[in-house]
Amino acid sequence: MDFLRPASWSEALEAKANHPDATPIAGGTDVMVELNFDQRRPTTLLDLTRIERLAQWSRDSHPEGDVLRIGAGVPYSRLIGELGTSLPGLAIASRTVGSPQIRNRGTLGGNLASASPAGDGHPPLIASEAEIELESVRGTRTLPVSDFFTGVKRTALADDELVSAVHVPAATGPQQFSKIGPRNAMVIAVCTFAVALHPQRGTVGTGLGSVAPTPRSATEAEEFLAGELAENGRWERPDPLPESVIGRFGELVARAAAPIDDVRGTARYRTHALGVLARRTLGWAWDEYRNGTETSGRQGCA
Amino acid sequence: MSNTHAPAHRPQDLEEEIAGGVGESPQRPDAALKVRGDFAYASDLWAENMIWGATLRSPHPSARIRSIDIGPALRTPGVHAVLTADDVPGRNLYGLKDVDQPVLAVDVVRYRGEAVALVAADHPETARRALELVEVDYEVLEPVLDAERAAHEESVPAVHPGGNTVRYQPIVKGDPDAAADVIVSGTYTVGMQDQAFLGPEAGLAIPGEDGGVDLYLATQDLHTDRKQTAAALGLDPEQVRMTMSGVGGAFGGREDLSMQVHVCMLALRTGRPVKMVYDRAESFFGHVHRHPATMYYEHGATSEGDLVFVRARLYFDGGAYSSKTPVVVGNGTTLGVGPYVVPNVRIEGWGMYTNNPPCGAMRGLGAVQPAFAYESQMDRLAERLGMDPVDLRVRNAISRGESTPTGQVLDYPAPVEELLRRVRDLPLPETSAAEASDPDIRDLPGGASNTTHGEDVVRGIGYGVCIKNVCYAEGADDFSTARVRLQVIAGEPIAMVHTAAAEVGQGLVTVQQQITRSELGVERVNIHPNDTSVGPAGSSSASRQTYVTGGAVQAACRAVRAELLDLTARELGEPAAGLSLSGGKVVSETSGVLADLADVLGDEVIEETREYHHRETFPLDEQGSSERAQVQHAFSAHRAVVDVDTGLGLVKVVQLDCSQDVGKAVNPDSVVGQIQGGSAQGLGLAVMEEIQVSEGRIDNPSFTDYLIPTILDMPPMNVDVIERGDPNAPYGVRGVGEPPTISSTPAVVAAIRAATGKALDHVPVGPDHIVE
Repeated sequence: MDFLRPASWSEALEAKANHPDATPIAGGTDVMVELNFDQRRPTTLLDLTRIERLAQWSRDSHPEGDVLRIGAGVPYSRLIGELGTSLPGLAIASRTVGSPQIRNRGTLGGNLASASPAGDGHPPLIASEAEIELESVRGTRTLPVSDFFTGVKRTALADDELVSAVHVPAATGPQQFSKIGPRNAMVIAVCTFAVALHPQRGTVGTGLGSVAPTPRSATEAEEFLAGELAENGRWERPDPLPESVIGRFGELVARAAAPIDDVRGTARYRTHALGVLARRTLGWAWDEYRNGTETSGRQGCA
Repeated sequence: MSNTHAPAHRPQDLEEEIAGGVGESPQRPDAALKVRGDFAYASDLWAENMIWGATLRSPHPSARIRSIDIGPALRTPGVHAVLTADDVPGRNLYGLKDVDQPVLAVDVVRYRGEAVALVAADHPETARRALELVEVDYEVLEPVLDAERAAHEESVPAVHPGGNTVRYQPIVKGDPDAAADVIVSGTYTVGMQDQAFLGPEAGLAIPGEDGGVDLYLATQDLHTDRKQTAAALGLDPEQVRMTMSGVGGAFGGREDLSMQVHVCMLALRTGRPVKMVYDRAESFFGHVHRHPATMYYEHGATSEGDLVFVRARLYFDGGAYSSKTPVVVGNGTTLGVGPYVVPNVRIEGWGMYTNNPPCGAMRGLGAVQPAFAYESQMDRLAERLGMDPVDLRVRNAISRGESTPTGQVLDYPAPVEELLRRVRDLPLPETSAAEASDPDIRDLPGGASNTTHGEDVVRGIGYGVCIKNVCYAEGADDFSTARVRLQVIAGEPIAMVHTAAAEVGQGLVTVQQQITRSELGVERVNIHPNDTSVGPAGSSSASRQTYVTGGAVQAACRAVRAELLDLTARELGEPAAGLSLSGGKVVSETSGVLADLADVLGDEVIEETREYHHRETFPLDEQGSSERAQVQHAFSAHRAVVDVDTGLGLVKVVQLDCSQDVGKAVNPDSVVGQIQGGSAQGLGLAVMEEIQVSEGRIDNPSFTDYLIPTILDMPPMNVDVIERGDPNAPYGVRGVGEPPTISSTPAVVAAIRAATGKALDHVPVGPDHIVE
């Protein structure tokens, strides 16, 4: 096995062009496990940890709102520590990832490229309509995150491309994330749900994880809720949401799922739990919007 | 937060002035190494010129082997040997009770993961790749997967020539068909639990010049390993010299052979040191698991709450090979009513062969499964009677002088009632995260995953109490051997204790030091590495080592002491009868300190070896009666407080408290550690730990999907240790390690039932059991 250690991004892209079958490695929290379990025998490993720009993020102003450009090599612990205010949904999701060691090593870019249906970072990116920046010696392109995932552990990455960054609009309203696992920490998602309120645009974003081959949004639920909020002037006069609205939102979210039975849970439970998560997270996000305060429940990592 | 009531040092048992003796909690000799990560485990073994072994395993739960072609694998550069059943030099069979398991499969494979061939190569990766080139032609057969059907249906194919029943045992007492005012019944199932030790199987074999082999390995029982390994290698036991390597946990999972014969075969064939290490996935196939069980129970009681009868049928799925299945049936049936007095009993137990993964020893052997059932039944009965569940248990609790369903009279303290009262009286949590205005999500069900901020969270409290036999039973000659040497080195008296008793993390090394300090009055006690150059100690299992090896060390120390006092008597002209050892000095009853031990000893080396055998036990007869089937019983009681998210079915165990009688706490800190660890393992079985098997295949052979409790799952404990000494046991000790694993599971499930009202007849309880 060859081990390539490019010192710069352009060298990395060249290396990937010359070795299209090379497996990129950053934190190694997926790749090394697969190597240890003999599930993958790459001919070439492409180590991206020496490329400084991959581990940087920036905040860019746009007329329609600020956008965070997060380098693919930024680990979860920094998403939590440095971007918790700008991207609260992504930060909550990052807190649910593995252990402190995993959060220190594992990166958002790696989470995307692995494209596990259970990737914890995906639903908040879906809910925020993030874009994925892909780069090769041929140039740069960006894709909506929902187009990036093409199947279980499959992505739109070409053989010569690497994930360079993720562009995420800074939160303009409350965001929430919730994950089901049969133990209280360090667990792969049975299902996940992210919600983002966009008061300025009058829209709602959702992200569902571990309930379909790829993460997805619950479009019908988003449209229903946006309609309810607009029609009754709720954005302006944020009274408590009626149970019927919250309940319907939960139903529509659950309906968007296409889960399977596997060792982590049954399809039936996943669908049920997703509806509960949708109702609760909407309740927390809406309370936050109404009260203009942080969400209830002190957030902490395991 | 945790509140620990451990007995303070009370010197009533011994005269001792030396620090770190029996009843104290000196630091264990390997503590600093382990905390620093410097402790060498078996996976760290290394030898000059060594090569690597790997194991080819069956992909089918049941198949006939038509042919094996090792040619392509053998021709791989870097490969030194490829071995099959034809290469087993001696008897190609082993087993702890029934000798029924081939070292390498012959003609048939009986479970998915059965060893078929071995490879030795320069590099572990080369060995793995060569495995893929071994061509095995299988004729796949229909597997036997249901233990209950295997017990009763003639049409089920025989997994072994002698049929599918490993052991059937009934226990009959009184009139099992007696009438009762109230009857409750239930069917309970227990999933397949894994020992989940952190250090996977590893060993190193070095061929000896005498044609024998030196084997370094992590195991629970050196001599039993050696006996089986030597037979398979066609060697005399003396030619297989075993030395214990660092053990990363065991819990029963290292009682059967794994790679012992394999790694020796490769070393003897190649003439090179050979190392084998299983990875985590292979480890799930390389050791036995806890028997899954299906249990049908019927309890009858008077309307006042006195038990009238217990009727039960227990089915244990032993998988492809016998392993400890006979003992599981023995323990499961004899302990099947729990720690209660029941006048009329009929319990039948079946241990069955199937083509599922083999099951054998695991902490709480055979007592874990029925405890979940009988304690669930006691709660059901209390509910039917409108009684408090603790009151019902207290009313029926067994005590000293009463007899078990086998007819054995308990001739030692059995403080079941006291334990129940004590655990009930321990303080309850004062607060609830669900009712806090600003809860930390980690205190709530779902923990770090942010699933509730208090919504749908309901609290429940439940109790469990259990009985477990200590040491080997049913007529086994259970003993251990200790060699103690006392000599002066650099002016200081130093004792050396040598046993084969496996230190598997439980702290036996410390206990041996403590006993020696107390018995000989010397401070410096070294522990010789465990090996087979001393007599057998038996297995570090059945909560037995402090009892039997502690007894052997005590006996050897007393022999050394007697010799030393004789020496003193000769040298100083004092009668030996009035002498004792204390604080490194010889003390006379009449005239006080006579001499320094070092001066008396001079250049003499006193060495004595002693065996300790516990009281005889006897087999069960056909009705399950025996004067003394088991040498001692241990008891613990748990109270669990849980918060359940009834919307999502997620559970947070808020508090888990335990009262346990340990007879005598030789090392109070270690006792508390055993109770905490055992409780965590029982909590794991209650809410998450299950090897998922479908069509004979393990679907979750990893710690990603076989979940064990984290620090957010295991709550603080109130641990309440009492010491009601057993007059028959050394120092009055009572086995400690297993009971807390047993009574914690039913307590947690009872608490979940109290919160949810669900029946919950299976462990582990999953989220879908609660919400559906």
